[in-house]
Amino acid sequence: MSIFSSRQVKPVIFVLCLVPFAYLLVGIFTEDLGANPVEYLAHRTGDWALRFLLIVLAVTPLRRVTGWSYPLKLRRMLGLFSFFYVTVHLLVYAVLDLGLDWSHLIEDILERPYITVGFSAWVLLIPLALTSNRLMIRRLGKRWKSLHSLVYVIGLLGVIHYWWLVKKDVQEPLVYAAIFLVLMMMRMRVKVPINRHSK
Amino acid sequence: MLIKKPSDIKPSEITDQKHYKDRRKFIQAGLGLTGAALVPGLWLPPAVQAAREKMAGVKKSAFSTKAKPTAYKDVTTYNNFYEFGTDKSDPAKHAHTLKSNPWTLTIEGEVGKPGQYHLEDLVKNSTLEERVYRFRCVEAWSMVIPWVGISLADMIKRFEPTSRAKYVEFTTLYDPQQMPGQKRRVLNWPYTEGLRIDEAMNPLSIMAVGLYGEVLPNQNGAPLRLMIPWKYGFKNIKSIVKIRFTEKMPISTWNAAAPREYGFYANVNPEVNHPRWSQSRERVIGSGSLFTKRQKTLMFNGYAEQVADLYAGMNLKKYF
Repeated sequence: MSIFSSRQVKPVIFVLCLVPFAYLLVGIFTEDLGANPVEYLAHRTGDWALRFLLIVLAVTPLRRVTGWSYPLKLRRMLGLFSFFYVTVHLLVYAVLDLGLDWSHLIEDILERPYITVGFSAWVLLIPLALTSNRLMIRRLGKRWKSLHSLVYVIGLLGVIHYWWLVKKDVQEPLVYAAIFLVLMMMRMRVKVPINRHSK
Repeated sequence: MLIKKPSDIKPSEITDQKHYKDRRKFIQAGLGLTGAALVPGLWLPPAVQAAREKMAGVKKSAFSTKAKPTAYKDVTTYNNFYEFGTDKSDPAKHAHTLKSNPWTLTIEGEVGKPGQYHLEDLVKNSTLEERVYRFRCVEAWSMVIPWVGISLADMIKRFEPTSRAKYVEFTTLYDPQQMPGQKRRVLNWPYTEGLRIDEAMNPLSIMAVGLYGEVLPNQNGAPLRLMIPWKYGFKNIKSIVKIRFTEKMPISTWNAAAPREYGFYANVNPEVNHPRWSQSRERVIGSGSLFTKRQKTLMFNGYAEQVADLYAGMNLKKYF
């Protein structure tokens, strides 16, 4: 897979990761986001936040199953894109939907479980984003890894957030939950033979 | 004949249905290939393109609000009609499979004149009125819609309900061929709804058969749907095939699906929140820019003057 080791691939993927965002910007400027643009923006940015999170979580299982390790080099960038889309998602909700009405925002965070869960996921992502640079990796040492295992909790919160907000048809949240579950199980399973080898 | 085509269109100018359906397939296939389908909302869904028919002899009503109606495109492309899919853009894309003409309505239960009625006959002998009503969805968004409808009270009187008729139950068509969303059991089909008889007899209650002076588009509940403007949208059951008069409170589909979240009454009430979201404000569809704020939701959706009496002495937190 020589093309994947090329240094030009990363910038290309960087640009690709921005395509969903650019698509929404085009929609805003052409006023073509449907009858409820705020809801549309909230839903699409939420979708992409969750998708990037699941892509990040797929990197390790993918390497274990196929031995393909190139995506490890993209993991930080993909994780930061997940943080980017979650942040835009939150801004759409707080700025556009609530009009920065703080009392309303606090009421939502405290009283509506799906918002509590979603907001917690964003809060937990902040330390991960802040410590994603090389300096912090070196400085935190072993603690870096345990800090970043928070991503499993964040993934779970993201899936629950989506599940709890749909009115009745859980088909789509179910797909995300199933992918999350499979990715988690793949980690557990593959660990067993590795432990045996080390004996 | 109730339905009149605009006189300025010659029959020769009307594209044969077979041709426009083919053309649609062709256009959609082309869009898929070129990737132009990536641009949101570039093509109009099939049901929106369908022939639009003007209704004749529609009278204005004093019950209409002065508020500016929501754009036709928004009213006909942003719909909750799970019989055609659970995404709000689904009904406009898929409702063309519904055959809404001719249509038969079955009347049952505690009435003097039960039986099968042709919709055309029922509508022919009624006054068609334009009622511009506020519409508030339980999901906290709202529209203003110029319905064309007939008084529900006038319609009910024709069937001569007996003194035991305390409630009215409505049922939507069940036909997964025409309503492909029914192939998945998202809700317990067929959709049913109910009203207390005094709610049904209120002068604001109508059976809508049109909007914007035209025959009701399929995705909006053709050929006839309930319109009770002080209740949340889901009460306003669409594509009705049966009305039954009963002594017992009927089952309403959303109430059965999630009793904690959707009550039988479903009156618009900014003080009683949905367990998962606030009902104090609503997003007005098609209003201004991305930065336009939500507006405050009014008690009984602003119709308190006409309907508050119906619920005098009732605990509306309990009977939500």
